[in-house]
This record gives sequence, C-alpha cells and structure tokens, in this order.
Amino acid sequence: MVAERLPPVIVGAGPAGTRAAETLVHAGLRPIVIDEAPSNGGQIYRRQPSGFTRPGKALYGFEASRAAALFGAFDRLAGSIDHRPNTLVWSIRPGSIGAGLMHLVSSERANALPFDQVIFATGATDRVIPLPGWTLPGVFTLGGAQVALKYQGCAIGQRTAFVGTGPLLYLVAYQYAKAGAKVAAVLDTAPLSAKLRALPGLSANAQATARGLYYLFWLRSRGVPVQLGIHPLAIEGRDGVTAIAWRDPHGGSHATPCDAVAMGYGLRSETQLADLAEVPFAWDALHRQWLPTRDAAGRTPVAGIYLAGDGGGALGADAAELAGERVALALLQDRGAADNGRSHADRIAAINRRLDRYLRFRRGLERAFPFPAHLAGDLADETLLCRCEGITAGEVRRAVREFGAHEINRAKAFSRVGMGRCQGRMCGPAAAEIVAGALGVPIEQAGRLRAQAPVKPLPMAAVLDDAAASARHG
Amino acid sequence: MTSKPRGQFVRLAETGRRPITLTIDGVARTALAGDTLLTAILVNGRCVRRSEFGGDGAVAGAPRAGFCVMGACQDCWVSLDDGRRVRACTTFAENGMKVRTAHGG
Repeated sequence: MVAERLPPVIVGAGPAGTRAAETLVHAGLRPIVIDEAPSNGGQIYRRQPSGFTRPGKALYGFEASRAAALFGAFDRLAGSIDHRPNTLVWSIRPGSIGAGLMHLVSSERANALPFDQVIFATGATDRVIPLPGWTLPGVFTLGGAQVALKYQGCAIGQRTAFVGTGPLLYLVAYQYAKAGAKVAAVLDTAPLSAKLRALPGLSANAQATARGLYYLFWLRSRGVPVQLGIHPLAIEGRDGVTAIAWRDPHGGSHATPCDAVAMGYGLRSETQLADLAEVPFAWDALHRQWLPTRDAAGRTPVAGIYLAGDGGGALGADAAELAGERVALALLQDRGAADNGRSHADRIAAINRRLDRYLRFRRGLERAFPFPAHLAGDLADETLLCRCEGITAGEVRRAVREFGAHEINRAKAFSRVGMGRCQGRMCGPAAAEIVAGALGVPIEQAGRLRAQAPVKPLPMAAVLDDAAASARHG
Repeated sequence: MTSKPRGQFVRLAETGRRPITLTIDGVARTALAGDTLLTAILVNGRCVRRSEFGGDGAVAGAPRAGFCVMGACQDCWVSLDDGRRVRACTTFAENGMKVRTAHGG
C-alpha cells in the first residue's frame, strides 16, 4: 500500500528540511527535496561555493560543529533522496481528492510535480523597517550582509554601520569585525532596560545568551561604538551611502560616517506556499505576523500539507532541526507507514518538551529586542515604503483615509504597495503597521497580505515551458 | 582606458580563486570564479540597476544595488546580452558574460 503512494516532498534544505529528510529516509522512504539554493544548508548554514577554502570555524563560529553535523547528515542522504537544487516552487494547488500539483522551475525549465504530502521548510528573511535613504546602494539587510561575507568572502562596504535590533545585529557585526572589516557602529533600537528585564526569559537558553553577551563585549573591547535605545533617522547619501543619522535616548542627534549599512529587526517567516496551498492563517502576537495554523507536530488543517522550521515562526536553527524531525514523524504517522506508531508519538512528545525551551527563549528575545513597531507606524509620509513600485508611506495612508481601504489588501489594490516583484516581503510588515495606524486599529485588524503565484518572478521562457508541462498533466 | 571605479563590496577572504573576465556595461571587468553576478558587479562599481518607478518623493531612475542578497527582494535583476534577465545575487558570474546594469531594460 505504501509503495503506491507518491514520495513525500520537502521544500527547503536548511536545518528543518535536512532533519525531515533524514527521518523519512530512516523510515524507508525516498523524499524529493526541492531547494532554491545550489547546495543545502539554508541561509544560516549556507555553504560557500566550490573552490572556496575557509574552514567551518571561520564561517560558522560557535555553530561550526552544528553546521558540520547538519552537512554530514545531508551528505549521507545522497542517493537516498531525490535532491533538486536550484529549483523554485512557484505555485502549488492542493488536491481536493488525490494528488495536488506543484509548479517548479529550474534554470528556465518548468516542471509540474504531483504530490500528496509536502513539508514546507521555507525559512525566513530579515524583517525590515524602511527609513529615508534605505534604497541607496550600500544598504543591505543584516542577513544579506552575512551572506556577502559567508558565501562570497566580501564585506558590503569599507565601513559598515549596523542598525536595527535582534541577535543577528550583534552576530553579523562581530563576524564582520572578526573578518577584518571596519564596523562604524552598532545601533540598537532596544534600550538596555529591555535587555535587563528579559534576563529571566533568556535564561531558557543560557548558552545562546552568553554568546550574545560575548559578541557585545568583544565589539566594545575593540572600540566599536555600540549604542542602545537609539532612534534611526535617515541614511544619507546621493548615489551611495555616506552616513547614518540617528538620535540617542537623550535626544542628541548624531551622524555616523559609513559607506554601507546593514539593517534588520528580527526575522519574517516565508509563508507564501502555505498560503497558496489554502492553509488557514492565524495572527501570532509573538512574531507579530500572520502564520499558517498547524497542530503541535506541524500538521496544517489541509490534508497532506506540513510545516517546520522558521517558516512557521522564527525560533532559530536549533529549534528548526527538532521541528524538522517532528514533522516528518507526523507525516509518517499519517501515511500509516509506521508499524511503530507508539514510538513516533513518544518521540514527538519528547521533541515538544525540548522545543518549549526555545519558545521561552524566543519570548525572552522579544523582550530584550522588542520590535519597534512605532518606527514603521510613524514613518513620514514622504518616506519610500515599497522599494519595488516606489510607493511612499503617505500613499498608503491616503489609500486608507481617502479611498476607504479598510485592510491591507484593499490598500494594496489602491496604492500598489506590496504588488511589486517582492510581493511585500520587504515592505509588508511596515505597510501593515501603517494601515493599522491610519485605521486606528490594532495591527491584527489590518489584515493579511495574500500571496500570489508566481511567488517569485519567472523568466518568460519558464512560463511558456510550464504551459506545456501543465497541459501534459491535464 | 577606463580606470577601475570604486567598488561597493570589499573582498576580505577567498581572493586566491581563478580570475574571470566579464563585460559590464560594455567595459571588461575582472571577477573571480565563484563570484555571483552581484559580487562581480559590486566589487567593480556601486550600482546594479535603476529603479523603474517614481512617485511622490521617489525618483524613477534612482540607483539600486540589491538589498537582501538571498533572492527575496528582487532588487538586483539585470539583463544579459543574450536576452536573458537574471537575478544577480543567485546567478554565478561566468567568463565572457556580458551584463547590462544601469543601461539595461
């Protein structure tokens, strides 16, 4: 019976996808693992291209042994999985009866893949709050600055300022300084008082907390200015960055000279595929984002659709590994493949007890590095909000106040915010704060920006190729 | 002869890779095997593309140089002379490639 079913599909080959694949292979299955990147690892454990020679310690620091273990696990699956790198799932249609259909594209070739079980392990990207000057050459996300270093051996500038909040702010600044880059300043919007209040929650992961403090003191001991409780004002420059202007907690204004800025305020889950697969979403106050609903093991209410890792709320790489194994066990239970269903249930319960610690730590992080929603809500009318379509904060407010948009999708229809190539990945969180502010309602009443296929732009050759492929599958 | 313009990206490591040559906006530039197009462009200059859209306060034609470096923001699409449009941060630079940035459509 099992042999007649389609192989399970995993989208994403980061920490969650890798452990899910490993668990399915151990159960005797041969999953299809689809990943946009040329090699496995995801973003945080992104592997450098062939021909690069830095050792794992230089790339992943304290996480080098975890990275090595994850790579080892994936490499051992070679031959036991159908790995499809450089491949984008750009649309998906759940099956009402029988198989659903997934649309893939790989180097301009389209392909339609029938499926009956899929795990989304799609990860997260930086959560961004626009500010004047944020589209200038030389401004990148924190994650982007890290990719430039890890994946390409480059710094994003001669002299980089780091602005935003969250653990990545300190980690990337530390990695830059350690690699020999000049760090102009670390500018954290979270005040010291927030960090002190957060200590009880952070104790849920004492090791991660100790590392964060180590980065902070290491930077300070080398003379890098680290400023807490700041208010970012603008990134200055004409054809490139020349300075970042900010205000200290006492109201003093400063301009730190730099030629690059790395910015980010925590992470934002990539949820587009779950949306297209018709998974219901619910507001998540901790992540301040609408997230696909799922049970304690990662099953969504849509049969055959599962979720693991940062794509369902960012808890970090260690938690993603656990969630990847857990969701694979749930998938196996549903498949009826397991003759040892009892032990699967026990293992899921054990993983959930461990994951509870990461959730407590995440709550602590939110207290230490609170998302400064007011910075988005209070953006000046003339500030560019949507970098794809060139839409300002004021145009979105006008969509609400003058055209009567009562939620974000109406504001999108009227103003084009979130309608561009990135589909609101960069402007979406801030746009929601602006809509909520203009409506005078809590953020969760501003609505949820709906995903559209294709989830990323496609080459025209692939679109034509897909039409042919879809015709073959009826 | 065009003097080498100031680059945005700064190489800190992995500089022993094989050099490759590509043409950026008609000028021969050097990069290294394993560079993405984004890296190849930004070690040689500061602009990857020009924004198509303007609005109140936003200038059409403003320079852009990517943002997320992981295929999410779509702000680093460039044209190749063979007619292809590619995302610079997820496309490897190849010897002999001809790329159009600011002047590309």
